[in-house]
Formats: sequence, structure tokens, C-alpha cells
Amino acid sequence: MDQYKKQKYKQILAWGAAVVLAVFWLMVTVLPFIYMVLNSFKGRFEIMTSGVFTLPESWYPGNYIEVVTGEFWRYFMNSVIVLVVSLFLLLMLSAAASYPLARFRFRFSTVLFSIIVACMSIPIHITLIPIFKMTTKIGLYDSIWALVGPYVAFGLPISVFILTGFMKGIPKEMEEAAMIDGCNKIQIFFRIMLPMSKPGLATLAIYNGVNIWNEFSFAYTLTQEKVNRTLPLSIWEFKGQYTMNTPMILSVLTLTVIPMIILFIITKDKLIKGMAAGAIKG
Amino acid sequence: MNRKSQNTLAKARERETIRVAALFLIPVFVILTVFIFYPVMETFITSFFKWNGISSSKTFNGISNWKMLIVDKSFWKAFRNNIVLVVFAIIIQIPVSLALATFLNFTGKRGCIFKIAWFVPMLMSSVAVGFLFTYILATNDGVITSISQTLGGGKIDLLGNPDLALFAVMGVVSWQSIPFYMVFFLASFSGISEEVFAAARIDGATRGQYFWQIALPLLKPAVSKASVLALVGSLKYFDLIYVMTNGGPGDATELMATYMYKHSFVKFNMGYGSAVAAGMFLLITIMSLLTMKLTKSKEES
Repeated sequence: MDQYKKQKYKQILAWGAAVVLAVFWLMVTVLPFIYMVLNSFKGRFEIMTSGVFTLPESWYPGNYIEVVTGEFWRYFMNSVIVLVVSLFLLLMLSAAASYPLARFRFRFSTVLFSIIVACMSIPIHITLIPIFKMTTKIGLYDSIWALVGPYVAFGLPISVFILTGFMKGIPKEMEEAAMIDGCNKIQIFFRIMLPMSKPGLATLAIYNGVNIWNEFSFAYTLTQEKVNRTLPLSIWEFKGQYTMNTPMILSVLTLTVIPMIILFIITKDKLIKGMAAGAIKG
Repeated sequence: MNRKSQNTLAKARERETIRVAALFLIPVFVILTVFIFYPVMETFITSFFKWNGISSSKTFNGISNWKMLIVDKSFWKAFRNNIVLVVFAIIIQIPVSLALATFLNFTGKRGCIFKIAWFVPMLMSSVAVGFLFTYILATNDGVITSISQTLGGGKIDLLGNPDLALFAVMGVVSWQSIPFYMVFFLASFSGISEEVFAAARIDGATRGQYFWQIALPLLKPAVSKASVLALVGSLKYFDLIYVMTNGGPGDATELMATYMYKHSFVKFNMGYGSAVAAGMFLLITIMSLLTMKLTKSKEES
């Protein structure tokens, strides 16, 4: 009995320690966000006089109004356009490539698959100079369209990898039935494989979408003018515009995070699962 | 006769297979060639030239860029910083994220709030994280300084101090990457079936015993995979450091990627920048191949 009690105490103690550490890490992740949101509602000089921990005196919305009525939507739309176009191409192309790799038996199919997968480990910075050169040469430099190619290319390897695995798991009966009905392979792809792959495509859309939305190196190198910047880079432009105005920049930061938070609220566990799929395969 | 027609049918089918496969695979390979294979080659070629990135004239200067790279103290300092980042990722980020994932695995639905809060940093762009923490770590009106001042201490300059800057930045890198590894381990946990856990509990194992004696050995492949990811990720790291310190103060937080960027796009010394990029590529490839081989042979033995 004593032994049992001892063990029970030990367990409670262990749980207590775990919860304390969990709360500690919760503070570590959440406090920066609280700092960001609280201070974004302060006036420019209020932050200097009142310190960073106090609640704002009046929840001054001026920073947000000024940012939103400024160039913010331009940057936002740039990001949206790049995201939608890149994601559409990326998903279509990787679905197309995954179909023969998952279903056909032909020579070199494993070799081709390994070549695509091997590209996952190539660091983007080794391609930065030639891609920069290429975009200047064809006149795409300093335009959001310059970003589409690299985003599609660097999203392809992992997408093909995940989608090929997914398509291998789809039962073959539907295809066989369609074949008997006289469908050719291209029709089978569009009428059966593509609709059946929707869950896999959704995972990829989430994983690649978050990465493309937040991408930094290419966006920073291949665009230059203010009007061509994507949302993450707009922070730089605002910083130039509002030097020494910390609350203003914090409101910009908050605004850049909000779309992702909304996405998270809508998709919830799907978002975490999508990111996990990318993490575990990458 | 019958066999012959069957043969031609099979051949026709095979031809269709190859035609469709080509049709579906060619676009992908065109894109990979244009944006990955060709650039990698081109970087290696450019590393043998002197070129300012703008003029059309490149001058061939043999292996002099590579010679310079091998004796370039700043490059090796950057490489050392990358290694510090790797070590830090493996001894801090991976254990912490494994602990977080274990907690979430044990608490299940009740830990939902923790799961959401711990995950959110992953959704923020590196630029936003970088800027946010530049303010938090700032000497004037930063959070750390304010805490120190309320406790009666002085101002703390974390990012401007060459001895501390690398560690300060690594803290921020951890803040951003721990959610990634956490999600990774969470997915690995879900690969262990419920029955294993239930069986262990019925046999009277505590949660601690279950973790150390059953779950951890089962998660071993996941841990070594995460380590390889941490290795490669830290060796090619760029974003946060560039945003927060740009390699400074001095070369205290310089990484291979930021060093390459400086030479290529600030000094427009693209020949040497390419040599740095190519050197970085070689180092990363060699190190990751070695690690993968090591972990594989360990698993086999």
C-alpha cells in the first residue's frame, strides 16, 4: 500500500513538472505575440514613455488605419497572385508527374523518380545567382512573375514525392473499370486520378502554400521596387517609411500574420497535418 | 494470328504508356532543368570566372576563386558558425520538441490549447519573426532590457555584442524551428499504434517507463531523420540571420549563405559568390551523405 502511494505521489509530481514546463514554453511562444499586439495599439511616443508591458492607454487604432489605407493591399495582392498562380501550376504539374510514376510500368521510372526526389536536398542559395541572371536576361527581373518559376521548381520535388505515394494507395478498380469503358490514360488522369487525389492535393496545397506565402530569399533577390514586393518583404518598406516608429511596424507585423491565423482557424488540424506531412517526408 | 494481334495490341498499349508518361513528365523535367539543374551547373562554372554580375564580360581566372575560398578566414568562420548552429539544433531544438510532442501525445485532446499555441510560430514568415525579435532584443525599449531594468539591472545589448549575438540569434532560430520538429515528432508518434500504449499500460508501465523503454526506441529512426534535417537546415540557414544581424556585428553571426549573399548581391563579386555557393553545396552534400551513411550503418548493426 505504501509502495502504491509512493508511486502515486511520484506520478503526480511528474505531471506537475510536465505541466509547469508546458506552461513555461507556452509563455515563450505566446509572449512575443502579446508584446506585438499590445504595443501595436500604442502611439509612437507612448511606447517610449510607458514601457513595453503596460496595456495601451486608449487602444489607438491609428497605426492600423494608416497601414491599411497605405500600400498594404498592394503587397497583399502581390502575395495572393504569386501564391495562386504558383500553387495552381505546382499542383497540376506534380499531379501530372506523379500519375505515371505511381501507375505506369516503364523503363527509367524509378530513375526519374529518384532524380526528382534528390532535388529536395539542393539548397536554394546555390541557384540564386544563375536565377537572378536569368530573370534579368529575359526581362522578368523586378516583377512578381519572376517568383513563380522558382517557387514551382522548388516545390515540385517534395510534392511529387508525397503525391506519388498517395496515388499508389488509391485502389485500381476504378481505373480498370474506366479502361474497359474505353477511357484512355489521359481521360483516366483527369476523370479519376485527379479527383481521387484531392486529399493529397489539399495537404500539398497547405504545405506549399505556407512556404510560398512566407518565402524570403527569392522574393528579396528578384524584386526591387516597392510596388513589386510581396507581403513579408513589405515590412522592410514600411520600416523605411516609418523609421523609429516601433508601434507602426508592430501593427504591420500583426497584419502580415493575420491571414495565416485565419487560415489556421479555418483548417485547424488539417494545417498541422499538412505541415507534418511535409516535415516528415522532407 | 490471334497471338500476333495480341502482340501488336500489347505493343500499342506500351507505346501509349510511354507517350503519356513522356507527356506528363516532360513539363516537370523542363522546370527542374531550368530552375535547378542548370543553375547548379552554372554556379560551378561561374566560380571559375571573375564577373561583376552586370557586365556581359566574364573573365576566366581559373581556380583562383577556389584558392581564395580555401584560405578565406571569413568563410571558415561562417562555416564554424553554421556548425555551432547544427550542434545547437541537435542538442536543444530536437530534445525540446520531442518533449513537447510527448506531452501533446500524452494529453491528447486536453492539450489542444498547447498544441495550437506551440504551433503558431511556424506560420510566421522569417522576416516577421526577425523584425519582431529585433524589437524584443533591442537595447532601447526592448523586452529583455525592460525586464533587466525593472529588476534593477542595466541595458542589455544582445544583438550588438559579438560574444552574445550568435546565441541570441540561435534562440530566435529555435523559437521558430521547434514547432517544425514538434509537428514532425507528433506525426511520428501517431505512427506508433494505440495498442502498443494500451498494452504497456495494462502491463503496469508508467507513462515515463512507456516513453523511455517503448516509445523512444520506436522513435529512434524519426530522431535520426530529424537530426539529418537539422543538419542540412542549419548548414544552409539564411533567413533570420540575414534579417536580424546581417552577419554582424563584424562576422560574429556570419553564415555561409549570408556570406555568399554579401559577395554576390552587395559587392557584386559574383564569381567569388558562386565559389562560396558551390563550396557550401559541396560541404552540405558531403556532410549529409556522411551522416546518412553513419545513421544507416548504425541502424543495420
